[in-house]
Amino acid sequence: MAARTSSGVRLHIVTGKGGTGKTTVAAAMAMALASGGGRVLLVEVEGRQGISQTFDVPPLATGEVRIAGAAGGGEVWGLSVDAKAALIEYLQIFYKLGRAGGVLERFGAVDFATTIAPGVRDVLLIGKVYEANRRRAAGHHSRHDSTAAYDAIVLDAPPTGRVVRFLSVNEEVADLAKVGPIRSQADSITEMLTSAQTAVHVVTLLEEMPVQETVDAVVELRAARLPVGAVVINQVREPLLRTRELASAAKGTIKRGPVRTGLEAAGLRVTDALVEGLLAEAHDHALRVAQESEQLGRLHHLDLPLFQLPANPEGVDASTVREFADLLTERGWPSSGPAAR
Amino acid sequence: MSTRATPRSPRLDIDALLADRHTDIVVCCGSGGVGKTTTAAALGLRAAEQGRKVVVLTIDPARRLAQSMGLTQLDNTPRPVHDIDTTAGGSLDAMMLDMKRTFDEVVVAHSTPEKAEQILANPFYQAVSSSFAGTQEYMAMEKLGQLHQEVRTNGGNGGPRWDLIVVDTPPSRSALDFLDAPKRLGSFLDGRFIRLISAPAKAGGRASLKVFNVGVGLVSSTVSRVLGGEMLRDVQTFVGALDTMFGGFRQRADQTYALLAQRSTAFLVVAAPEPDALREASFFIARLESERMPLTGLILNRVQQVQANGLNAARARAAAEDRADDGDHLTAGLLALHADLAGAADRHRRLARRFSVGHPSTPVADVPALAEDVHDVDGLRQVAEALAKG
Repeated sequence: MAARTSSGVRLHIVTGKGGTGKTTVAAAMAMALASGGGRVLLVEVEGRQGISQTFDVPPLATGEVRIAGAAGGGEVWGLSVDAKAALIEYLQIFYKLGRAGGVLERFGAVDFATTIAPGVRDVLLIGKVYEANRRRAAGHHSRHDSTAAYDAIVLDAPPTGRVVRFLSVNEEVADLAKVGPIRSQADSITEMLTSAQTAVHVVTLLEEMPVQETVDAVVELRAARLPVGAVVINQVREPLLRTRELASAAKGTIKRGPVRTGLEAAGLRVTDALVEGLLAEAHDHALRVAQESEQLGRLHHLDLPLFQLPANPEGVDASTVREFADLLTERGWPSSGPAAR
Repeated sequence: MSTRATPRSPRLDIDALLADRHTDIVVCCGSGGVGKTTTAAALGLRAAEQGRKVVVLTIDPARRLAQSMGLTQLDNTPRPVHDIDTTAGGSLDAMMLDMKRTFDEVVVAHSTPEKAEQILANPFYQAVSSSFAGTQEYMAMEKLGQLHQEVRTNGGNGGPRWDLIVVDTPPSRSALDFLDAPKRLGSFLDGRFIRLISAPAKAGGRASLKVFNVGVGLVSSTVSRVLGGEMLRDVQTFVGALDTMFGGFRQRADQTYALLAQRSTAFLVVAAPEPDALREASFFIARLESERMPLTGLILNRVQQVQANGLNAARARAAAEDRADDGDHLTAGLLALHADLAGAADRHRRLARRFSVGHPSTPVADVPALAEDVHDVDGLRQVAEALAKG
């Protein structure tokens, strides 16, 4: 089980319901992986510029750029894959098309392939990840040279509802392209995705709908033979009251007297409204905590490694990525770098 | 108790919108995870309990939501939602878009039986209808058009089955791509490329295309090299078979687009008070404005409220530390909790104000964060009440 988050994994695919903080978590994973001095590529495929916003750097163009440094000389690189650019590049590399690329664009063939032809778009997007994963470091072009360009790759993948379809490139094109280069590309990609070097991680919150989607996604991923990695629970709130107090808060039986005395001792101007307001807040908090522990139980049933990240009442910014990376590392997230190689 | 997070924005009056009999379509759009589907269901419930005959069209297959409406599952057919108050004469139906089935129905309805069979069996059609990323948006338009036909024309006994359609859009950045569906389909069908691959000989022979003759050969050979000859043949058969129904497709897509642009449609952008969600909301608003679509307002969900008013976050934090030092866990806990809530509430208000300043004329309704997730019709009703108070 823990093997899936160990350093044997080179490709980390991150999914989750919208609004769960998938991009922030993917960024933190990349940072944690780089903290051993490694070079890590963080890839996005939906053109949302989530990576540049998370790291507070200028929007990513089509190339790979260094976006952050990590401990021990590690580096995080960013890439926003664009299907059209990927197709033209792909045609150049595999077919040495030269000027035909431009002709294809004029005829609407590039649009067709990237927006209409089913599956082709996804093959292209993941194809870019596949290529980066296989690439050798500059100066090491030999096939037998084992120095990979990146020590690990983190893919900020589409949300849970679409991720299995996105990753099942082979199935998508199987009926259509029974032979030919798209098909063989899809085959190689599938081999990479279903191998032990890949892990799909799911980000969730302790709320019913995201947990339900997580449970559904894990079932679907397993059915598709895609290796499931860890579940990352984001925005976990520490209960601020002790168990017995939570129980009383839920029942509304907290005694007013001691609270009043406590508030006065803290030098506050105590009114009934203040006391009742605080107890009402405690009541809602207790309901939320109970609900969260129920959802946590459902996640435990998945029998996967769970990583918890705290809620930040101040909101998320570029520094959150580093905080989360440190927490992941503390909790056993692997790093990949010269030491791990 | 609650103060509006956006005091400078006009207030979005949900009840007035739903009560206005001229409103017959409400579209909810916004990024994923902001409570869009729940909002759509709550709006539908509120309208129904105020006497409208409502159908909610959802794209999101969230099982929880189906359950909250007392339905074991949602499918492509509108199902009545029970447990609602019908004393005002309204009704509530709900359905979930099944894009493949909707596409199949269109094919069957608009072609001869033999042709329909040929299309349905084509591998390229099967892939397009079940996995092409834009099919969902396009079929949402198609379904909306169909439902609206019933709103307008089904005037048999007791009037039309529905007089209001509430629809939530696909949960993606491209949620508004469904506005593009007619245009995209048009450019696909009118495109030289599709003509080229569907009938290479014909296209190559046309005088107007002569200039491109060199290109045509290059494109054809590249396409078959890259896609493989078999896929190309499937595409050709598919396009050939669909050719006759394409006109109808485009016409209806254009009609639905025109329908959405009318004043009887209301677009509501849904967001949560987080920078990402508000950035997406601004993007949607700009998009709707540039398409001249009737933007009615913003629904700002999950705005943190405090119940112990008058004690700010900093003061509560300091007092909590003071109590913790004295070993008074209970009071310290209550104050620390309040400090967190007040801090979040401040942050939400700041973000909401920033939005307000950027969009001074967009009406806003804010909905407080609820303590519990929505389980049932009562939960939806609570959301609806909060929406109406906005």
